[in-house]
Amino acid sequence: MAEERTNGHKSGSNLEKVLRAGHFAITGELGPPQSADAEEVIHKARLLKGTAEAFNITDNQTAVVRLSSIGSAVLVIKEGLEPTVQMTCRDRNRLAIQSDLLGAYALGARNLLCLTGDHQSFGNHPTAKNVHDLDSIQMIRMVKNMRDEGIFECGDEIKGKVPRFFIGAAINPFADPFEFRAHRLAKKVEAGVDFVQTQLIYDMGRFRKFMEQVVNMGLHEKVYILAGVGPIKSIGAANYMKNYVPGMIVQDEWIEGLRAAITDIPKEDKDARREALRNQGIKACSEQIKELREIEGVAGVHIMAIEWEEAVRPIVEGAGLLPRPQVE
Amino acid sequence: MIVGERKPLSEIMELLGGAQKVLVAGCGTCVTVCFAGGEKEVGILASELRMKSKLDDHAMDVEEATVQRQCEWEYIDPLRERLDGFDVVLSLACGIGVQAMNERFPGVITLPGINTTSLSLPVEQGVWEERCQACGDCLLGTTFGICPIARCSKQLLNGPCGGSQEGICEVDSDTPCAWQLIWDRAIEFDQVRRLLDIQAPKNWSQSRDGGLRKIVREDLQLESE
Repeated sequence: MAEERTNGHKSGSNLEKVLRAGHFAITGELGPPQSADAEEVIHKARLLKGTAEAFNITDNQTAVVRLSSIGSAVLVIKEGLEPTVQMTCRDRNRLAIQSDLLGAYALGARNLLCLTGDHQSFGNHPTAKNVHDLDSIQMIRMVKNMRDEGIFECGDEIKGKVPRFFIGAAINPFADPFEFRAHRLAKKVEAGVDFVQTQLIYDMGRFRKFMEQVVNMGLHEKVYILAGVGPIKSIGAANYMKNYVPGMIVQDEWIEGLRAAITDIPKEDKDARREALRNQGIKACSEQIKELREIEGVAGVHIMAIEWEEAVRPIVEGAGLLPRPQVE
Repeated sequence: MIVGERKPLSEIMELLGGAQKVLVAGCGTCVTVCFAGGEKEVGILASELRMKSKLDDHAMDVEEATVQRQCEWEYIDPLRERLDGFDVVLSLACGIGVQAMNERFPGVITLPGINTTSLSLPVEQGVWEERCQACGDCLLGTTFGICPIARCSKQLLNGPCGGSQEGICEVDSDTPCAWQLIWDRAIEFDQVRRLLDIQAPKNWSQSRDGGLRKIVREDLQLESE
């Protein structure tokens, strides 16, 4: 296939360039609104600009209908940010996925995150029919074949411009069966993934164990692994994640850190307690990024601060990672 | 077996509308074994209909009939002579039986009295759990005898999603994660390697996505005169 001005890069995206140049990369996340309000996307984009290489735009996250990932991605591009379009297998079959990805590429998207998708029973249309024509691994391979072989899933040649995405996926080192997790990453690598972002990490011990397995298998040399982090803004939120979010483990030290931040502040002073908790959330996240940087095989971090976009800049700054590198 | 659950009486009453004479037709096979539409359930429903319609001031004439299998012509043909004068048949068979009745006896409407839910296994007394989706392209040979199409909430073919926790599916705390079960079997037989190859996208054309499915076995067909 023709390389069309990518200097040997697969997609030529900013995220790909930064990772290939060997920098510790940062990706962020932007959740579109449950409305057709472009201003909300633009507002969040402005808060996030300059804090990361690329920003995931969620695709009907938690199975709740939202402004589309691709539509939001176009708004984000206009603001000068680089989007990572998220695409789930839940809502689209192989025809719709390919068609929408041709559209996304034509509109300027260059990074893609291939996901199975949260089950619709968790969202606001629990009586919907789900699709799951493909799973995320099959989607990765399909998109890679579109890019590298110039063919659609059916084998037909793409006549004309080929979509050249930097292909991402999600991995959850905290779900079970634990021993299968690194093998599942290996399958994603074999399918053709370029980068992966992990589930939020609040159990560093288990994450280290997972990374040891990954490094032993040599997977870190075949795929860029971005460790998932996110600031916790309240004790309630930490407990909720610990107890109710499937596939998530929250160690007590996170909750203890938040508690310690407000021990000296009287209960009546709600604003001060709220502020102290938020500061602690941001500080803990920055510290965690520094720690993750030292783990072999970690190529960067993925910061998830949905509905708390303001936190991203101080987190990145606190981790000593501003300004972001410019790679030509 | 094919498993069903009886519809609520209120829904059945609504379906029946102002019918005067109703034949409640049971089936002696799958729905009898799952206690949804056999002779006993026919008797119970018929009694409920008689009482409810009487309370509602339009007493229905309700009769009962249960055949061995509502999904085969030879078993339902004897019902032909019983249908005279009935406004409707209320079938407690699966969806196949309901349609067989409508096709064989087009002059009378047969309504469904149960919801056909699944192809299930009675895992314990009073509990039926889905095992097959009749996808038309059986892959149990590659998944250690556990079906991810029927038993994984997302029908994944390449391993568990991120919502598998301690062997349980994120969608329902009573549901085991199909991929945990598959993984455990692979470990047991020391064949994890078989789960590491990428499974290609499934050919759904063998499933209902390909349109109405039909098997024609010429070797079994009777020669036309």
